[in-house]
Amino acid sequence: MSDEQRTVKSVEAAAEHPESGLLGTVAIDPTAPALFSLPAEAEATGGRAAAADRRRSVARSVLPPVLLGVAFLLLWQLAVVAFDIKPYLLPSPSDIVGQIFIVLPLLWSSLLATGLNALIGLVLGGLIAVVLALLASRVSILDRMIVPIVAAVAVVPIVALAPILNTMFGSTSDTPRRIVVLIVVFAPVFINTLRGLRQVRPVHRDLMRAYAASNWQLTRTVTLPGAVPFIFTGLRIAAPLGVISAIVAEYFGGLQNGLGSRITSAAANSAYPRAWSYVFGAIILGLVFYAVTLLLERLASRRRA
Amino acid sequence: MTDTALPTTESSAPGVPLAAISVRSAGKIFTVAKGAEVQALTNIDLTVAPGEFVSLIGPSGCGKSTLLRLIADLDSATSGEILVFGKTARQARLDQEYGIAFQSAGLLPWRSVQANIELPLELHGVGKTERAARAEELIELVGLTDFRSRFPDQLSGGMQQRVAIARSLAERPKLLLMDEPFGALDEMTRERMQQELVRICSETGAAVVFVTHSIPEAVFLSDRVVVMSPRPGRIVDIVDVDLGPGTERSDSLREDGAFFAGVTAVREALHGAPVTPRGADLR
Repeated sequence: MSDEQRTVKSVEAAAEHPESGLLGTVAIDPTAPALFSLPAEAEATGGRAAAADRRRSVARSVLPPVLLGVAFLLLWQLAVVAFDIKPYLLPSPSDIVGQIFIVLPLLWSSLLATGLNALIGLVLGGLIAVVLALLASRVSILDRMIVPIVAAVAVVPIVALAPILNTMFGSTSDTPRRIVVLIVVFAPVFINTLRGLRQVRPVHRDLMRAYAASNWQLTRTVTLPGAVPFIFTGLRIAAPLGVISAIVAEYFGGLQNGLGSRITSAAANSAYPRAWSYVFGAIILGLVFYAVTLLLERLASRRRA
Repeated sequence: MTDTALPTTESSAPGVPLAAISVRSAGKIFTVAKGAEVQALTNIDLTVAPGEFVSLIGPSGCGKSTLLRLIADLDSATSGEILVFGKTARQARLDQEYGIAFQSAGLLPWRSVQANIELPLELHGVGKTERAARAEELIELVGLTDFRSRFPDQLSGGMQQRVAIARSLAERPKLLLMDEPFGALDEMTRERMQQELVRICSETGAAVVFVTHSIPEAVFLSDRVVVMSPRPGRIVDIVDVDLGPGTERSDSLREDGAFFAGVTAVREALHGAPVTPRGADLR
């Protein structure tokens, strides 16, 4: 059947579909290496040659930044040794790596503590944002009420809020940190979700009206599934912010169990290589959050024609 | 050659079948910016018999899609009366008296072919096994058996449109409303789809209102072609076409004299030029 040959073509054509313009903000690069490609697509492109192709393109996209990073570390090491830079100004990468191995168990546990705060804040903030966006998209009065409040929430200075929350919840609690993350995460997820909920195509609206579908059915079968990629885009933007806020929130006292508190206490004790090793942990944590949410976003966006 | 006489008897009388659609002096006025009004349709009278295939044809802006939307109750008429199987358009919509397909297939991209076809059944509370069985029949009917679990972005335009047609047939409607469903397809696919549609419709016995701006398409598919004209949108002529039962319409018909005669008749009605027909009798 000639239609089968056309299938592949239509996939390409889908990229030019007018609707894909709406996704401009989602920032999905269709030319990016197909790390998460579907079984069906893999089948279509046909077997081993494609797999080799993919491996090559991954190598091409992964290798250059790795090489650059290694070169940078080497230069750093050389500079520190050659100019005899004191550790309190800039410790060498080898000192930092040495410290990482020494503090590894503590680094791991503080990474988990901060990571858990960020995760809880992200999930709760995301859920609240999605629910409120749903309400705002359905009820226009709520829309007018919520949107200005979101603008206010978006500009709350977490640096000022963290100490206040510490006094409110006591210094032995992780709650203030989680609330800080929640507040930071809320705005980007809310704004993206609301945008997604408003992207319903007229043809789908007509179709659901022709089916005499209820409002709730419209939301459940069309509006919400259509907004899913937008929700995950919001989460992808919010996740690294959430990690940063979880760390910064620890600078204002309270429990000494996370990366932020370890960085401040190491710096206070002039243990600069140790402080840097925790900074390294913070970078890893941020990258993990970013990578996972990016993966989720791609999975959620794969079915947008 | 042309025939504007309409069966006007409204049929609650016993023995006479109830008209699938009955439009009585319907009009539609759109209010555009700053209170300005546009007369989209004026004084529309149209009756569609059960099982009849009627095309609406005319230049852009003649209100053919608007008329279809009024029948579907996607918009409401500002004057006149529209009855679908003897009910108001609104009641007919609520009772799911019709199936509908649009120019864009309008499939949900996150649903497989099968799940898309099952959508109306799912919304109306049909059980899972029954849904799957009906989807299976329809997938076979439109020839997509191997694509059941594919997603819309993996299908060609023609295949997507076939899914949309299968979906419109899901609840075995006695009336199908189609708004340029083949408008975006290439000519070859289009002709094949027309043939499939005409076969499916005569098999299911559904009445069809089909909006198009292709003359050959209208002639090939229809029992009657309603010719419309813009500013204000109105019916200028209704051309009877009789190319035999849908099941027997094949590609060869496209080169048949009767087909050309139909095309000529519709052309003349569209252009409003009373050119003398050159001897071909449509019937």
